[in-house]
Amino acid sequence: MNTVALEVRDLVKTFSLDGATLNAVDGVSFQVKSGEFVALVGPSGSGKTTMLSILAALLSPTSGQVLIDGQDLAKMNEKQRVRLRREKIGFTFQSNNLIPYLTARENVEFMLRLNNKRDRAGRMRSDELLARLGLAERLHSLPSQMSGGQQQRVAIARALIHNPAVVLADEPTASLDTERAYQVVETFAHLIHENDRAGIMVTHDLRMCQFVDRVLQMQDGKLVRIYEDKNEIMELAQGILKH
Amino acid sequence: MKNFFLATYLAVKEVARNKGRFLLVAMVIALITVLVLFIAALGEGLSNANRQYVANLDAELIVFLEKSDYNISSSRLETNTVKAVRRVEGVADAGPIYTSTSQIVSLPEPLKITILGVEAARPGMPTLLEGRYFRGGEAREAVMDASVAERTDLKIGDEIEIRSTQGTKDEFYTLKIVGLVDKQAYFFQPTIFIPAATWELVRPQSESELNSDTPYPNIIAVKLTDPTQVDVIKTRLQNEVANIEVADIETTINNIPGYTAQQGTVQTQGVFTLLIGILVIGGFFQIQILQKVPQIGVLKAIGSSNFVVGLSAVVQIIIVTAIGVGIGAGLNYLFSLVLPAAIPLAFNGTWSLVAILLLLFIGPLGGMVSIIYAVRIEPLKALRLG
Repeated sequence: MNTVALEVRDLVKTFSLDGATLNAVDGVSFQVKSGEFVALVGPSGSGKTTMLSILAALLSPTSGQVLIDGQDLAKMNEKQRVRLRREKIGFTFQSNNLIPYLTARENVEFMLRLNNKRDRAGRMRSDELLARLGLAERLHSLPSQMSGGQQQRVAIARALIHNPAVVLADEPTASLDTERAYQVVETFAHLIHENDRAGIMVTHDLRMCQFVDRVLQMQDGKLVRIYEDKNEIMELAQGILKH
Repeated sequence: MKNFFLATYLAVKEVARNKGRFLLVAMVIALITVLVLFIAALGEGLSNANRQYVANLDAELIVFLEKSDYNISSSRLETNTVKAVRRVEGVADAGPIYTSTSQIVSLPEPLKITILGVEAARPGMPTLLEGRYFRGGEAREAVMDASVAERTDLKIGDEIEIRSTQGTKDEFYTLKIVGLVDKQAYFFQPTIFIPAATWELVRPQSESELNSDTPYPNIIAVKLTDPTQVDVIKTRLQNEVANIEVADIETTINNIPGYTAQQGTVQTQGVFTLLIGILVIGGFFQIQILQKVPQIGVLKAIGSSNFVVGLSAVVQIIIVTAIGVGIGAGLNYLFSLVLPAAIPLAFNGTWSLVAILLLLFIGPLGGMVSIIYAVRIEPLKALRLG
């Protein structure tokens, strides 16, 4: 519960647009421990997605450090980063989450294939996980045969199956109705706590914050506020507290 | 090895779950395959019909009249040249060949044929398949090529009547078929072989030619004692025998009127068909990759290497191409079973194999651009960035 799975130190990412420079991420530092579920919120353009891309080793920061499971991303070459992504990171995306020509089970097991861990135990765990997410009947369904919520749950199973240190979720509720969104995020939070992973969810939907342990609020690339108090978080989620 | 399995797994799953789409491309490739194999067979068939007799001669050199430009019909040698050629050191044997055309009229439908005057058991006369050689002199006997037998019901022992225009009159001659040879088509016509003296008698002639009884051979087929000495003997023949020029078999074939032009045309068609194939496959896979950008982004973001993604694209193209070529080759085989003999198609194993290998190669070649594109897709595409 107490090991630091993800650490960010003085992170800066600068883009230049038509000669002008823009600090998409501007001096951000935070830590996420194993077993902790954190929400990254903020208006569009606040740098959430850029932040997530850097955490996922998809984008190199201009300066600052990212440590995943104690490993410094800046000291890795591309090959090591690919390896890190498949071993230490679990990922769910807003849309086009799943490989369209693989069934629910195959999508989850693909993560095991990538890591060369698709043994008997792994296959059983994958079926169990899908069952936990209410997808026992949909093991052989293709993404096109499933609803948005079901697809998102398969993606969650895929993000967790290989026991990554960090699980990153990009707007997991964007294409879901409210009820489904609550269900999905609640299950997600539950699995993160249960499996002792570090979870980071990027969302613009503050109502989803009720399931997380901490909320990091970003604005103009800066981390402007951190909500740690459970009551404050609930108030934020219910729209009582204005951010 | 693990990467290879992963790539194959992805490629196979995608094809299996999108059968309709990939079958469509495979069918295009199949039709291109049919076309390419047909063109190859047509080239082979046409060239066979044209050159087969010359190509199958049991000889290494052909003697022409000087300045005839290796053109068989325009070459006309003196009768005693044959003897002179046989006397040259290194020549094992030489046989005169007389060519002309005529028509078998004793059939429900007249058949145009090439009549070749040769000497039995000398170069120029092919090996018998059945029956016996004609007797010498003016014997009214003929050996027919299998191509004659295929188009008619003629058998050994049958008699045929041929018609030749001599001077101002149509003359009819009866010949008895005594033997059978095969693979001797010449100048797009089925062939019969007859003795030289009979040839002089029965061939179409002008009024003036009728006054002479001496047959003049068009060419002489020369068999060497040592087939490796082609160049040496060629020079020696030209030095020792007057008024001749000498060519090897290949040169002779290439100088058959129209042969080179015809083969060039057919080959150009084949090459263009292959090019079309490359473009069609390239276009299809390029469009498909463009549609798959987010999905490839996800694959890479969750930790698939560029190598696996690229290899998977290659494997997929190879699978689709192989299925297409397989279907095409199968269709082609079925066609070859039902085609009438009059169409000059010859399915040559070697050429078909070369064509099939080339076709299998055009898939990955056409897909090259899309493969490079797939490898270059940034994993950030999964996050709507980059």
